[in-house]
Amino acid sequence: MRRVYAHEEICMGCGLCEVYCTLWHSKSKELIKAFRREQPKPISRIRLVQEKPISFAVQCRHCDDAPCVFACLSGAMHIDEKTGLIMHDDEKCVGCLTCIMVCPFGAIKIDPYRHKVVAKCDLCQGLDIPACVANCPNEALTLEEVQPR
Amino acid sequence: MTKYVIVGGSAGAVGAVEAIREVDPIGDIVVINDEPTPAYSRPMIADYLSGGVSQEKMLFPAKDFWDNHKVQMKLGKRAVKLDLLKKTVKLENNEKVVFDKLLIATGGEPFIPRMEGTSREGIYNFITMLDARGIEEAIAKAEKVVVIGGGLIGVSATEALVKRGLKVTIVELKDWILNLILDKEAAKIVEKVMRENGVSIMTGHTVQRILGKGDNDNDVGGVVLGNGTVIECDVIVVAVGVVPRTELAAQTDLKVNRGILVDRFMQTSVPDVYACGDVAEAYDFIHKTQRVLALWPVARIGGRVAGYNMAGQKREYPGGTAMSAIHYFGVPVISAGLTTVDEADGYETLIFLDQEAGIYRKIILKEGTIVGMTLIRDVERAGILFNLMKNQIKVEEFKHKLTADTFSLASFPETLRKQLLLGV
Repeated sequence: MRRVYAHEEICMGCGLCEVYCTLWHSKSKELIKAFRREQPKPISRIRLVQEKPISFAVQCRHCDDAPCVFACLSGAMHIDEKTGLIMHDDEKCVGCLTCIMVCPFGAIKIDPYRHKVVAKCDLCQGLDIPACVANCPNEALTLEEVQPR
Repeated sequence: MTKYVIVGGSAGAVGAVEAIREVDPIGDIVVINDEPTPAYSRPMIADYLSGGVSQEKMLFPAKDFWDNHKVQMKLGKRAVKLDLLKKTVKLENNEKVVFDKLLIATGGEPFIPRMEGTSREGIYNFITMLDARGIEEAIAKAEKVVVIGGGLIGVSATEALVKRGLKVTIVELKDWILNLILDKEAAKIVEKVMRENGVSIMTGHTVQRILGKGDNDNDVGGVVLGNGTVIECDVIVVAVGVVPRTELAAQTDLKVNRGILVDRFMQTSVPDVYACGDVAEAYDFIHKTQRVLALWPVARIGGRVAGYNMAGQKREYPGGTAMSAIHYFGVPVISAGLTTVDEADGYETLIFLDQEAGIYRKIILKEGTIVGMTLIRDVERAGILFNLMKNQIKVEEFKHKLTADTFSLASFPETLRKQLLLGV
């Protein structure tokens, strides 16, 4: 399976990863429409964290033995049998926040526009290269093949 | 072929079945569940009662889980006796189920405090789907509800009932609600929001007597508190806590304290017999001793560890601790570990409080590691702190950043940051 790695030495903190993540997770996938008119508003599943001079982007690490999966009260957080990725089913989620309590990376967000749902990285299903990696102007995010679980 | 028997069909059983099947694809697995309904997520009964979630959505695990894992399910059957020498579980209908490896995951049952008048109609617990449906029926013609107990279950019932348009009064014995998971300061923030939503909160009180209704003494009509105050109501929800359902351990060699005692491999004092979840007393990584923790995620992880060990793959239980994520009346709250400590005992407390915005962050340290955390409203980074606590990582070097607005993985010292980010 594949995993995105952040390289803090070359991250400029521009935040384009968040922009393109939001865009890919919008309905229209059109920049202006997605940010201005879509309801509910799309949100980024990657988070740029910084404490100057350090900055890098964090998203779901798709952990082996992912604690969020075993903490989930509704069964929304699950391991995809085919890809091994940790996936989140919006329809099942009740926003209990238990996954947020146990994620070592703080990589799960509360979706403020949709009541009681969380959001996280799905490695951009449908894209060869996740939007954050493809659009990082400095190649501070790379996609790497790792041993499957 | 190994015969696995699991008594109980909730979170612990799910964790155990998953783990057993990872290791042993062919052994027999029998699950004995005395609830007549297919397994569902118990913590979600409040979402059901509030009207937000359908019964279908509550099914947990998914309907085909048991079949996919080749589990023989005995639904609506109660296990009544264990014979640990002959290795059998006797069911209510006298059927005997033989096991090689047994998991007791019977959960907890509601504790009912001593009060006068508990035989009246209209008194409910709030643990199972059956309770939730009973309350749903009862509130159809009710206006006022008294909830006895201001803990997690009581407050979640309260929120659901308020959403259904009822007037709710919480009666809590201690000085503040949610006192097992929040300190007084944090509870005040939650209480304020609850009062704004029309909830009456009576702390420092107990219910002494349950009154009948004027026209029908058999029905609940109100409660009398210890100080004589009368509160009228049509329905009562008793939510003062759960006690481990240890009755199967009676007349056996299983060591029982409050719950059935298990070691770091979730094994009881008798070989081949395991226990997990609300019925077990398992390792708590903060208290460094065995404790009963009636929490869904703890049960599922405990069940998982038990399952691996039952199937012959040795795994150590990392331990659990008190941990709660809640979002009553739209206020996210996450708390784990210790909540109220005496600094004289060597604890250090770091606090950020914005009273106006109702934002609260509190971290408790001992000997350079986190032993307790509470976050209100600003909770997305809770897991980072929780894992620093769980892994007992020394935070002395960056402790001043832990309660900051800007706290993130970027606040970690470089070695720790790289270890975490590159470690997966």
